[in-house]
Amino acid sequence: MQETGIFDWIITVGLILAKIIIILLPLVLGVAYLTFAERKIIGYMQMRIGPNRVGPRGWLQPIADVLKLLMKEVIVPTRSNNYLFVIAPTLAIGPALAAWAVIPFGDGLVLADVDASLLYILALTSVGVYGVIIAGWASNSKYAFISTMRSAAQIVSYEIAMGFALVGVLMAAGSINLSDIVEAQRGSLLHWYWLPLLPLFVIYFISGVAETNRAPFDVAEGESEIVAGFHVEYSGMAFAMFFLAEYANMILIAFLAALLFLGGWLSPFEGIPVLAPMFNWVPGPVWLLAKASLFLFFYLWFRATFPRYRYDQIMRLGWKVFIPLTIVWLVLEGAAVVSGLGPWFD
Amino acid sequence: MSFEKLVFYTFAAILVYAATRVITVRNPVHAALHLVLAFFTSAALWLLLEAEFLAITLVLVYVGAVMVLFLFVVMMLDINLVSLKEGFMRYLPVGLGVAALMLIEMILVVRSKAFDAASMPVPVRHAADYSNTRELGGVLYTDYVYPFEIASVILVVAIIAAIALTLRKRGESKTQNPAEQVKVRREDRVRLVKMATEQPERADSGEHS
Repeated sequence: MQETGIFDWIITVGLILAKIIIILLPLVLGVAYLTFAERKIIGYMQMRIGPNRVGPRGWLQPIADVLKLLMKEVIVPTRSNNYLFVIAPTLAIGPALAAWAVIPFGDGLVLADVDASLLYILALTSVGVYGVIIAGWASNSKYAFISTMRSAAQIVSYEIAMGFALVGVLMAAGSINLSDIVEAQRGSLLHWYWLPLLPLFVIYFISGVAETNRAPFDVAEGESEIVAGFHVEYSGMAFAMFFLAEYANMILIAFLAALLFLGGWLSPFEGIPVLAPMFNWVPGPVWLLAKASLFLFFYLWFRATFPRYRYDQIMRLGWKVFIPLTIVWLVLEGAAVVSGLGPWFD
Repeated sequence: MSFEKLVFYTFAAILVYAATRVITVRNPVHAALHLVLAFFTSAALWLLLEAEFLAITLVLVYVGAVMVLFLFVVMMLDINLVSLKEGFMRYLPVGLGVAALMLIEMILVVRSKAFDAASMPVPVRHAADYSNTRELGGVLYTDYVYPFEIASVILVVAIIAAIALTLRKRGESKTQNPAEQVKVRREDRVRLVKMATEQPERADSGEHS
């Protein structure tokens, strides 16, 4: 260590910074085009065309939206808490981006191969709620504050069910490292954890939808009752930061669901005689992206299909249905692991 | 000074600052947020000790859950700052007494044999494949399995007791029974009546087309 000069240090830091940019740039672009996909897909589901004016077939619409948000004035309400009002969007987006540090995109393609990466992600997604809480309180507005209360209670409740679902995954894989969890699912489509952990898989994804405050659990921004919830006083880039954080979290949940339950970057044709060699040339990250896109489509599909839940129904679903269900399944899974059941737990 | 020491002193300084602000700041919400910062920086210090499981759990449990509920309550309180400052001189002697007592206790603990430099050696650096999670699990579920289980049972009892104490039936409170709501059939709510179509008498004026 003594021989490493300042030059080596700069190279190391530069390399890490380059990797961060390689992850974040596609992520931000992905967020931009996810909003476009959302408007298009929901448009077609409702027999409309959706945005089609800016650029060919509307492809430049997200760029136009970003430019508009960049040029708008950021208004700070007079009676608000200035310092916290400005810091809240940063607190929302910081954890949403930091969580991507431990996401493996392929075999060994990970920025930080942390041993406790699953735990790290669980911790960071729970920290994300501070952006919402502080924004609602600092705005000094009743609507924003009601939204904050709703959001805080909802996220804390669903985090428990989500945590239990993750416990199921780490019991099956015997590790809390995301790369190891994916490798433990190797074999075939039927070796992936969606099959032995089906209830946990469903609960994980639904809790993920609730954690990201998306429809049908979007009572935190319920337009019809509390205008737009916690970000009602935000405009311009400050609002865009909340938007970016929400969509980055959506993509994160989709990636995690693909990694934990659908075999991550493993090919779905593995173990099938003719098809497996045919698709060998497809790189792993493509499979991961395809699987994550499936979940993102579900997100949009839910929004177009389901009406918003009533608040007491959300709480009942979280506490009285999901948490008991996960506990029962964990006990069953424990028995399966001890007895070394069938192709998954041996 | 090595990089590690620099990191340590940076986080230590932030931690001391945040902890001081918790008790000096006027606004209770700001105090709670400084407490969050204090938890976060102590988690960073634990990471330096290679205790990543404990560090992340500290963030997960205290920052992610406990402090959220804390803020939840503190934000709902409508605290009058003037009345808070009123009794300062009256309670000062009591406060000083408690502070002195705690100071003596801490000195006694820190100066005891258990905190000796000899019995507290400098932690050794582990190899890259060292897993704090595995070590902790191994110790917790073998050597200390009974204390661990007893502690968890006590916690469960505390949870049940807290719920039993707060859950009381009040006469005027209204609740919904979701089971009954789900059981409802169309016939209970809507009655379809079959009847012949009727045409109202046509008005001659034709004002309403």
